[in-house]
Amino acid sequence: MNKQLLKIALAVGVTTVIPLAQGAGTEQVQSTDPALYRSECGACHVAYPPDFLPARSWEKLMSDLKDHFGDNAELADEEVRALTAYLTENAADRGQTKRGTRVMRSLKTDELPLRLTELTYFKRLHHEVPKKLVKDNPEVKSFSRCDACHTRALEGSFKEGEVQIPGRGRWED
Amino acid sequence: MKKTAVMMIWMTATLCAASSRADVVDDVLKTYEASGAKGFDAARGEVFWKQTLPDPESGKTVSCTTCHGENLREAGKHTKTGKLIDPMAPSVNKERLTDAKHIEKWFKRNCEGTLGRECTPQEKGDVLMFLRSQ
Repeated sequence: MNKQLLKIALAVGVTTVIPLAQGAGTEQVQSTDPALYRSECGACHVAYPPDFLPARSWEKLMSDLKDHFGDNAELADEEVRALTAYLTENAADRGQTKRGTRVMRSLKTDELPLRLTELTYFKRLHHEVPKKLVKDNPEVKSFSRCDACHTRALEGSFKEGEVQIPGRGRWED
Repeated sequence: MKKTAVMMIWMTATLCAASSRADVVDDVLKTYEASGAKGFDAARGEVFWKQTLPDPESGKTVSCTTCHGENLREAGKHTKTGKLIDPMAPSVNKERLTDAKHIEKWFKRNCEGTLGRECTPQEKGDVLMFLRSQ
């Protein structure tokens, strides 16, 4: 009876302790980890879906976090590496999404967009939205604040039917 | 008997949580002391936190309170993005001051962004003493 228990205990111990010991003391950061992107980059603004920009744009942005649109967004090296890998692996020019393909079609060959709001793709989708609802609206202020109007932006959804403009309500074309 | 057991477990958990934050802050303060800082003072930390500085970019004045708000028990708001920032006061937000890496990351970013330089270990220690008391 005791020997059996001992065998079971050993089996359980080996299968749980060894994997734990391997992971202990090291930060296992996955390269394709949306959770890391959301927690690190989504801390200050919407975690803009990676397929909004080409890989070269993400590389440029991640190489200069000290001056990230006027703010310091520096991170530890291993996190910069992991996030850069995640963003470039899921970028617009990886051909994985319809949105990515549409973004790339709207870009000139060597164009290096850094602001989503300056993309031709973006401008086309928002050209009917008047300034008074966005820039002059104190509850919105900028097109870069997707989640001010797109009620499911934090889930990565930007459907027109989900839009609620503060002070105005649903967007009706 | 069962109630007492539950009470004991709850008290132990609360004490552990409270002591773990104390451990983290104490450990961080020790690293600052190793750089020569000492005599950390919450009142000095409060003055530092509330000081207003000129922002070369916008021409306006900035302070820690610009984003974190005047009342540390309430949520703050990022001035550019509008993103809500959870309250800084540990008395209201039990996540605060429990992760040394998080503390250092945000000190680095926000001191550079607001002061234009890294905060000294003395300044950081004073600020931690102030925040810990909130």
